[in-house]
Amino acid sequence: MTATDFHTVLPEVLLALYAMAALLACVYAGKDALTGVVTWATAGVFVALAAYIGFAGEGANLAFGGMFIDDAFSRFAKVVILLSSAGVLVMAQDYMARNDMGRFEYPILIALAVVGMMFMVSAGDLMLMYLGLELQSLALYVVAAMRRDSVKSTEAGLKYFVLGSLSSGLLLYGASLVYGYAGTTLFSGILTTLDAAHLGLVIGLVFLIAGMAFKVSAAPFHMWTPDVYEGAPTPVTAFFATAPKAAAMAMIARVLFDAFGAIPAQWGQVLAALAVVSMFLGATAAIGQRDIKRLMAYSSIAHMGYALVGLATGTAEGVQAMLIYMAIYVTMNLGTFAFIMSLEKDGKPISDIDSLNMFSKREPLKALAVLILMFSLAGVPPMLGFFGKFYVLKAAVDAGMTWLALAGAVASVIGAFYYLRIVFFMYFGRDTEGASSRMAPVQWLMLVAVAAVMLLGVVNLFGIEGVAAAAAAALVG
Amino acid sequence: MSVADLAFYAFSTVTIAAGLLVTLSRNPVHSVLWLILAFLSSAGLFVLLGAEFVAMLLIIVYVGAVAVLFLFVVMMLDVDFEELKGEMSRYMPLGLLVGVIIIMQLVLGVGAWVQADGAMGLRAAVAPDMAQVENTRALGLLIYDKYLLLFQLSALVLLVAMIGAILLTLRHRKDIKRQNVLHQMWRDPAKAMELMDVKPGQGL
Repeated sequence: MTATDFHTVLPEVLLALYAMAALLACVYAGKDALTGVVTWATAGVFVALAAYIGFAGEGANLAFGGMFIDDAFSRFAKVVILLSSAGVLVMAQDYMARNDMGRFEYPILIALAVVGMMFMVSAGDLMLMYLGLELQSLALYVVAAMRRDSVKSTEAGLKYFVLGSLSSGLLLYGASLVYGYAGTTLFSGILTTLDAAHLGLVIGLVFLIAGMAFKVSAAPFHMWTPDVYEGAPTPVTAFFATAPKAAAMAMIARVLFDAFGAIPAQWGQVLAALAVVSMFLGATAAIGQRDIKRLMAYSSIAHMGYALVGLATGTAEGVQAMLIYMAIYVTMNLGTFAFIMSLEKDGKPISDIDSLNMFSKREPLKALAVLILMFSLAGVPPMLGFFGKFYVLKAAVDAGMTWLALAGAVASVIGAFYYLRIVFFMYFGRDTEGASSRMAPVQWLMLVAVAAVMLLGVVNLFGIEGVAAAAAAALVG
Repeated sequence: MSVADLAFYAFSTVTIAAGLLVTLSRNPVHSVLWLILAFLSSAGLFVLLGAEFVAMLLIIVYVGAVAVLFLFVVMMLDVDFEELKGEMSRYMPLGLLVGVIIIMQLVLGVGAWVQADGAMGLRAAVAPDMAQVENTRALGLLIYDKYLLLFQLSALVLLVAMIGAILLTLRHRKDIKRQNVLHQMWRDPAKAMELMDVKPGQGL
């Protein structure tokens, strides 16, 4: 433990200190007086840290005896996590204040969850990974149940908590079996002890993957997702759908490549199976949904399936595809949730897709932006969402898993149905009394900017390709 | 069989039996009491391993504080366990099936258990040499030096738990009287009290 160690974990330490200072300030200021200020300040800190990590970080640095890894891969994931969390915070502020949920604990819990996520993606040790995961999950359980006078919100929090604890149990059991085999919890140590796929070790590995698959809500560990997405307040749902997903996905890549990189065949088939089930379940189960938040839950299950396709290949190209996919997915979800948050009827938030009937007549520009987003989510060619899917499926073909790529293509055609149905309702629906969309400037900006990004990204993907390739090379190479 | 072996078998038998009874006993209060017995006997196992500090911690923290708190919670909560059991019996066959499959897999896994060649060396490499330092000191070196990051991170987890508990349960009630110290001190006796001269037989 030296000063260098602390310099390596500086962003995490700063964020944790900021969260504690903000907590003190808010408590002294009295009941929710500083909520607005702290929300913006937290977002500002996120952006500043993202800039620091993105521009100042270089090379691969180990800290605390290899427990903490700061490399291009973790920096990529951290920038995605920080920026998307900042986006969710600022666009939710107006919604929270209007719906009487402006509790100052919300931005602080989000900040602490982000600390957990940053440790998750930088973990070089099973113990650090678990603690980061718990820090993140615990904060998320609380914010899911934040609206305690609503039965659905408390139900969401409780379900998430109980099932989340179960998955943590699975993960810990797997970790203990792995430790039993390897005699160390360090990823680098585990990698050196792997000589062949021993049965006990593989059982531990499968338990680990099951626990982590729960966190990214990959089928068949997705049961909690629709209920939690529907029950939690919309800004919290928006958060669930973005940063934690990217963090958990990066963590899976980190564990599998850093600790189990010597036996890719063992976890590749498990991930491929998870990916196929997720893609098809997400695509088919969303068809019957009438609630747009539930629909987005199934949509995120399907999207996680595609990201897992990238990981299942076990190649650097696959990891690069996964990173690009997650960055695009998170951006699309930011725009979509900015729109969902703004929907209301008689001053109350609403999330029924029937309320979108003929929305284009009332709000042509917003309807156009949502159209672009839905096309992008479905993976229709000119939009950025298509390129995400393209990279993933191409990586699968290059790795000799053509069947997986074919399954992905078929599932994406099925899944396109429910995205396009939303567009259909907006442009050709029945003429009923629908919802109105009241947006704070930030939400409007987020929706329109994300839609513009989805269109303009076609040119060069904003240079994300090269960065993701460097990140993937840091992990796999 | 030496005395230490005998003690080991005695403690481990008691631990396993008590652990079983925690789940099997019908009365939840009894379950907690069995849990305390399980803690005590595992403390005995720790002593046999030469980890007397951990053993004492187990007794003081788990038996003394956690288990007693558990006891209170179980007694306070009015949970209808019979109803829960009725619900559970519906899912029993499926649960048993899953359990049997997992047990079979674990038996296979443990039966073919191998350890990596360097595993024992790696295990021993983490802790300081036991011949040089006593185990309280060894524990301190690990927790506050080598694993400082993990220690601080668990503190953050506890902070989140605390914020969560307050956020989800604290209600600001408006219909109760609160003490306002400044308000009390600034009260002017001249305004707060009025002296009346009540004439006999007339009242106010």
